[in-house]
Amino acid sequence: MANQSSTEGIRIAIVGAGPGGLSAALRAAELGISHVLIEAAPNIANTIRRYQKGKLVMSEPRQLPLRSSLSFTSGIREDLLRTWQQELADRDINLLTGDPVTNIQRQHDGFLISLSSGHHLTTECVVLAIGLQGNVRKLGVPGETLPNVQYQLDDPDEYRSETIAVIGGGDAGVENALALTGHNRVILLNRQEEFTTCSEANFQRLRDAIKAGGIETQVNTSVVRVEAITGSDAPLSLVVQSPQGMERIECHRIIARLGATPPRRMLEGFGIRFPSDDRAAVPQLSERYESNVPGLYIIGALAGYPLIKQALNQGYEVIEYIQGNPVEPADQGLLLAKFLRIPDLPTVTEGIDLLRANLPLFAPLTTLQLREFMLDSEVLTPPSGEVIFRRNDYGNSFFSLLRGAVEIHIEGQDGKKVIIKLAQGDFFGEIGLLSGRRRSATVVAGNECVLVETPRRSMLKLLDAVPGVQRKLDEVALRRVIRGCLGASLAESEVAHLVQAAKSRQFAVGEVIFNEGDESDALYMIRKGSVTVSRKSNDKEVVAAYISAGNYFGEMGLISKTPRTATVRAAAPTEVILLEAERFNAVLDQNPSVRREVTSRYLEGVRSKEASTSGKNSGLIQFLMDQGVGEATDVLLIDYSKCIRCDNCETACAELHDGTSRFSRRAGQTYEQIHVPASCRHCEHPRCMKDCPPDAIHRSINGEVYITDACIGCGNCQSNCPYGVIQMAEKTQFQRPSLLHLIFGMKIKHLPQNPLASEGKKAVKCDMCRDIIGGSACVRACPTGAAFRVNPEDFLTMLDK
Amino acid sequence: MEQPSFLAYRNYRYLKITGLVITAALIAYLLARPAGGAAYGGTIFGYALGIASALIVLVLTWYGIRKRRPPKVPERREADRRKFADTDATRCQSNRRVINAEESWRHGTTLQGWLSMHVYLGIALVVLTSLHAGFRVGWNIHTLAYVLVLLVCLSGLYGTYAYLRYPRLITENIGEESLDDLLLKISEADELATHRATDLPSEVKTLVSRACRDTRLGGKFIQQISGRQHDCPTKLAVERLRELGKELVDGDQPRLIRDLYTVLLQKQRLVDMVRKEISLNARMRFWLYLHAPLSIALLAALLAHILTILIYW
Ligand SMILES: Cc1cc2nc3c(=O)[nH]c(=O)nc-3n(C[C@H](O)[C@H](O)[C@H](O)COP(=O)(O)OP(=O)(O)OC[C@H]3O[C@@H](n4cnc5c(N)ncnc54)[C@H](O)[C@@H]3O)c2cc1C
Ligand code: HEM
Ligand code: HEM
Ligand code: SF4
Ligand code: SF4
Repeated sequence: MANQSSTEGIRIAIVGAGPGGLSAALRAAELGISHVLIEAAPNIANTIRRYQKGKLVMSEPRQLPLRSSLSFTSGIREDLLRTWQQELADRDINLLTGDPVTNIQRQHDGFLISLSSGHHLTTECVVLAIGLQGNVRKLGVPGETLPNVQYQLDDPDEYRSETIAVIGGGDAGVENALALTGHNRVILLNRQEEFTTCSEANFQRLRDAIKAGGIETQVNTSVVRVEAITGSDAPLSLVVQSPQGMERIECHRIIARLGATPPRRMLEGFGIRFPSDDRAAVPQLSERYESNVPGLYIIGALAGYPLIKQALNQGYEVIEYIQGNPVEPADQGLLLAKFLRIPDLPTVTEGIDLLRANLPLFAPLTTLQLREFMLDSEVLTPPSGEVIFRRNDYGNSFFSLLRGAVEIHIEGQDGKKVIIKLAQGDFFGEIGLLSGRRRSATVVAGNECVLVETPRRSMLKLLDAVPGVQRKLDEVALRRVIRGCLGASLAESEVAHLVQAAKSRQFAVGEVIFNEGDESDALYMIRKGSVTVSRKSNDKEVVAAYISAGNYFGEMGLISKTPRTATVRAAAPTEVILLEAERFNAVLDQNPSVRREVTSRYLEGVRSKEASTSGKNSGLIQFLMDQGVGEATDVLLIDYSKCIRCDNCETACAELHDGTSRFSRRAGQTYEQIHVPASCRHCEHPRCMKDCPPDAIHRSINGEVYITDACIGCGNCQSNCPYGVIQMAEKTQFQRPSLLHLIFGMKIKHLPQNPLASEGKKAVKCDMCRDIIGGSACVRACPTGAAFRVNPEDFLTMLDK
Repeated sequence: MEQPSFLAYRNYRYLKITGLVITAALIAYLLARPAGGAAYGGTIFGYALGIASALIVLVLTWYGIRKRRPPKVPERREADRRKFADTDATRCQSNRRVINAEESWRHGTTLQGWLSMHVYLGIALVVLTSLHAGFRVGWNIHTLAYVLVLLVCLSGLYGTYAYLRYPRLITENIGEESLDDLLLKISEADELATHRATDLPSEVKTLVSRACRDTRLGGKFIQQISGRQHDCPTKLAVERLRELGKELVDGDQPRLIRDLYTVLLQKQRLVDMVRKEISLNARMRFWLYLHAPLSIALLAALLAHILTILIYW
């Protein structure tokens, strides 16, 4: 490697020396192309350098062949970095480190690149490979850029006798706070109640520091603004919202460690366009990784490919593309294998064309996006008459009909069966995708049908990336939801009439959708999430019912034309669809059978509501909703009036799951005698799935959310789960207590645990014993029957018992 | 939403079974009761009852093994049923899916079921062995076995009572706190109290340091069970401080005393809570340390009894 600064007339500037940039630079060097590799950090591969020490770096996706001049196999972080360093050492790579790129502007035939040191470079094209770790997240409140508000801590010994507020309860924040103790007064602020996102070791150290008085903590606290104050010893005043109300903390320094955001704003400054406002949106690229700015290419994590191998491959390919060499992408073989399942489809190009021609929903996608879509998807060719999925299965993959037809068997709420036929170009499975709930109908394959099944994550990514898809999907989904709610016998024109005026609205947990006494102006259908219905009795709000996605509410007022008789609140992040009262009533007038059905449900509703307004359980319901039971599909509860605290449940779990209990009996909250242990809720919309690079988290058709062996141990899911139920653990040999222990009835405190062949730490969580006959070991191992599992639909009925 | 207790498992299934077993045994006893109280154990019904008792003992002991062997079902099932496996539409009918003890029974046993059986069969055992022995006792190995049965069952009965009673009290006492947290808070209170006592007269300092040093939380078995400490130094300190508050009225003293008093009062509350936690837990658990070893002793005595019979009868 040669560090060189005479850099005029360069052909390719590669920004970011992560796996993507390194691979690109190496290929450019091999081909003898004049290039420069610019890295912000003092060293190459900064992202990987920041993994925890000794981390096992995994080479997912396994099937994807590696095509790069750099080698890459699974191994320890240190070994990987050393190998790369060696492989790069004697190559002619033009590397510029320690100088972040601050701007890239298009000029005549090329680009002007500005560096933070003040230097400028001109090049013909640019390959952006700066990953996603780069941009540190700011506080996002007024005063976030005041002096002494900082987002990293280089040398803790620099500060003495200061009052320092550290914001953020993750590992970075906790580690910084710990490093600053001793010489400073340190206040650690955390938005959550508990420090669940930091590692166990850090948490232990934090606890010790709190106990020793070294760190003060403020939990459940969020920052409102930062003010500069003059004339005082402490130059900053931090205004926070805490459970006690607004508070002011005067300090010398604020260190915020809030993670990173995609470097979106910077990219937009370069002229790169993003398809949507979503935080997760990635720029739209051509199949040669070229962005909307000609000559500016984007690869690696920044382009939406979150794994090292992908970045390496793209680094190689992008150089070939820039040189005009028609290489096949490394994933060509995988893609072809998928297309070959479709009869008479010999090439990938034809396959992509077929997708475009036969699936209008995906017409707006670029070829690159279609390739990715197909790589994630499966082609299915079920024989006629086979069931594709069944009503009440869990599942949130999405199906498109590439050829042939399917039948959808819907059971109306009146018990009548209706069959709807879908043909080529249609899609189904969107309700499960959007609502996270069970399938609402059974789908049977027709003649010669060819289906494309796309996993939930890829679909969501697409929806973010291509607004056109979102709109189309929404429209059809809306029509189907209305049908599903109001009965399949409504005429298409009437449904369309309702859809025209339908509005969608989002509500956060606990937000009121309407209040008791409000005017009844609309019918609400829950598309996603769930709500609780409550009424006032003796000045107390009493929860009377729980309604889940796929159902409607608010019909009572419309039918009886009276004000709302109850208050409805979101029990989970919820999306509802509003149907105007007038249109709704007009449609009902023309459809006496639908009216009859709605009315009968209304009467039933009245009765059941009278019955359950006794209200003795409303506190408990509220508590359970706060614990996330509202968005759960299956949650472990413990009746503490029966629990003898033997922890047999945990032991059983650990024994069946590689030595680590997937939940903690002790942790978690208690209301009266009902305890919610820290255990997975199997959420309708599992937030853990969101940023999993190898897409290792899935939901099975029985509803369990589980993590596969593809996990690379990055810890994203752990920080994304709002209930703190994911742990990073190694597989250990579980040692059963010996017979002696048994005879004397002793409890074993610490069993020596032997890590198995080092697979490294991986994310583990409850999988509801999905592969164990008999089901949940925790429940079955409880001697007194204190542990039980519920889903929110059942728990109201259980309450009445 | 509280769950039925293990006694009520499956609608008192094992109570019913036990009732039948006891009735059968009584009938057998009445039918075959040898006139004049001769050795009943030697009759055919006697043998039957003896063997039944021994089998029950084995089943009851098996519980201890079963408890430590979590529902280990060697076969794992194919977790994701194949997509196009079967075409019958029957499976999609059930709308509800509560995985609880009830449902999983069909696939594998629950420990709750085992305990329910354990308790009821244990009670039946008392009747069965009494009948088997023909109510004859003496200083011999046979009676030793019988006495052990009674002891094990007695401790078991207490255990059942404890399991039904104490969990609720434990939650009511300690709620969401954990013992570790409480201990931490107590040591914090100690520190704070020591700190606040620095500018107060030496009598107060002694009171506080004694309260810090000599307040006992757990202790020996009996002390744990009682949940009290005779002349608890924290309690004494609180009481004494209340009196001193009236005497020490100079300058800053009333405020300092008040501050200190609040801390000590707080500590006393914590100490009471911890003691109660320890006491309730001890009461809930101690019997098992009799029950399990005694049941092993019973096994040995039973073996001896049977051998004696085989050799000398
Ligand atoms: C904790 C963790 C564990 C992971 N484990 C694995 C694993 O086991 N296996 C796997 O395949 N993937 C793993 N990943 C994902 C993997 O790290 C990324 O996919 C990969 O690093 C992406 O490569 P990249 O080249 O696109 O970007 P990066 O590796 O992020 O490299 C970007 C480089 O650009 C530099 N840079 C940023 N901004 C600028 C600028 N303005 N100017 C100049 N340079 C700049 C950065 O300093 C950095 O060196 C993990 C990720 C994390 C966070
Ligand atoms: C829990 C199990 C048992 C207990 C507690 C028990 C207890 C007793 C007692 C107290 C006696 C009366 C002894 C006496 O006469 O002084 C007795 C007698 C007898 N037992 Fe058992 N016994 C048990 C099991 C068995 C078994 C399994 C057998 C047979 C294999 C058996 C065979 C006999 C016989 C034959 C007698 C008559 C002996 C005599 O009359 O002296 N017992 N048993
Ligand atoms: C001869 C009769 C009995 C024998 C041999 C026996 C044996 C045992 C054994 C080995 C254990 C396991 C201890 C442990 O795992 O820690 C146990 C637990 C228990 N037994 Fe018994 N027992 C008998 C009778 C009874 C009776 C009559 C009762 C109640 C009326 C009873 C109630 C219990 C209870 C409540 C437990 C605790 C369960 C637990 O903590 O999981 N037992 N018994
Ligand atoms: S791990 Fe967390 S986010 Fe994921 S399903 Fe379970 S509770 Fe929900
Ligand atoms: S197994 Fe049952 S009794 Fe034991 S700790 Fe778990 S819930 Fe409590």
